[in-house]
Amino acid sequence: MTAATITFLGLGAVSYILKAAGPVLLGGRPMPESFSRLATLVPGPLLAALVLVWSTVDAGRFVLDARLAGVAAAAIALRFRANFLVTVIAAAVATAVVRQLS
Amino acid sequence: MSKQVIRNKALVIGLSTVPFGLAFGVACAEAGLRWWEASGFSLLVFGGSAQFAAVGVLADGGTVAAAIVGGALLNLRSLAFGLLLAPALKGPLWWRALVAQWMIDESTAVATSIEDVALRRYGYLAGGISVFVLWNISTLIGVVGAASMGDMVQTLGLDATIPAAFLALIWPRLLDADHRRVVLVGAVIAAILVPIAPPGIPIIAAALAVFASRTAARP
Repeated sequence: MTAATITFLGLGAVSYILKAAGPVLLGGRPMPESFSRLATLVPGPLLAALVLVWSTVDAGRFVLDARLAGVAAAAIALRFRANFLVTVIAAAVATAVVRQLS
Repeated sequence: MSKQVIRNKALVIGLSTVPFGLAFGVACAEAGLRWWEASGFSLLVFGGSAQFAAVGVLADGGTVAAAIVGGALLNLRSLAFGLLLAPALKGPLWWRALVAQWMIDESTAVATSIEDVALRRYGYLAGGISVFVLWNISTLIGVVGAASMGDMVQTLGLDATIPAAFLALIWPRLLDADHRRVVLVGAVIAAILVPIAPPGIPIIAAALAVFASRTAARP
């Protein structure tokens, strides 16, 4: 077996255990009231961190580039009540334009 | 939110991962992987950032162990996602074991943007399946067509589509003052941790900060 094959088999197994622990062990069981209340707040900071990491981080470092213009364009589109698809396209176009100009 | 709206969101977020799938395929080809090895990653590991990290380590001449640990650190957040979404994932054991493979950023993002528990399950499945199918197709196209792909993703600005999609999912929450506060706290925590913590950790820390702050504040 090649190194790549051993890696995707090994990493696949580890990843699956991480992914499945919650759904397999606890799936469908209602959580305590206090947990559920806090859990409704989790998506906000979670998504905020995802926006930050996917737009400004590259290989574990901050890299400020044209992607920021894309996220700004998406914010403007959302401000004007654009739908999901238009928002994503606006981000790509803005990023492409800024990259061309810089 | 109707099922129709959820399906549309799932489709768009799946499409927004296509550029990254292509880029992953190209990265695999450049690292000397065969097409079925690239597909092995996208089918079995199925977590974009972990896949990039592991193949990156191999391409730099790193060991298999280093590649697995690097990728696993990034997928550690799937554990947190799984615990968060477990209450919504009702079904027989085999079903939960099957759908768990789709526990990634995008399916979690779609699911958690929905309050209703039954619809949240639907959103998880729609987001997970949409990304799984499109991610695997684009990986294959990327690894086979690497030579003719070039810098297309960068030139067309397609690398901004994923953060834009996440921003769209978070947007309704930003209109509410309470949510806005925790969103800001999460962003600040992630920003502080990015330079110092291993990749993947800032996202978990931002999400879990809610629990820490509330528990600490309780008398």
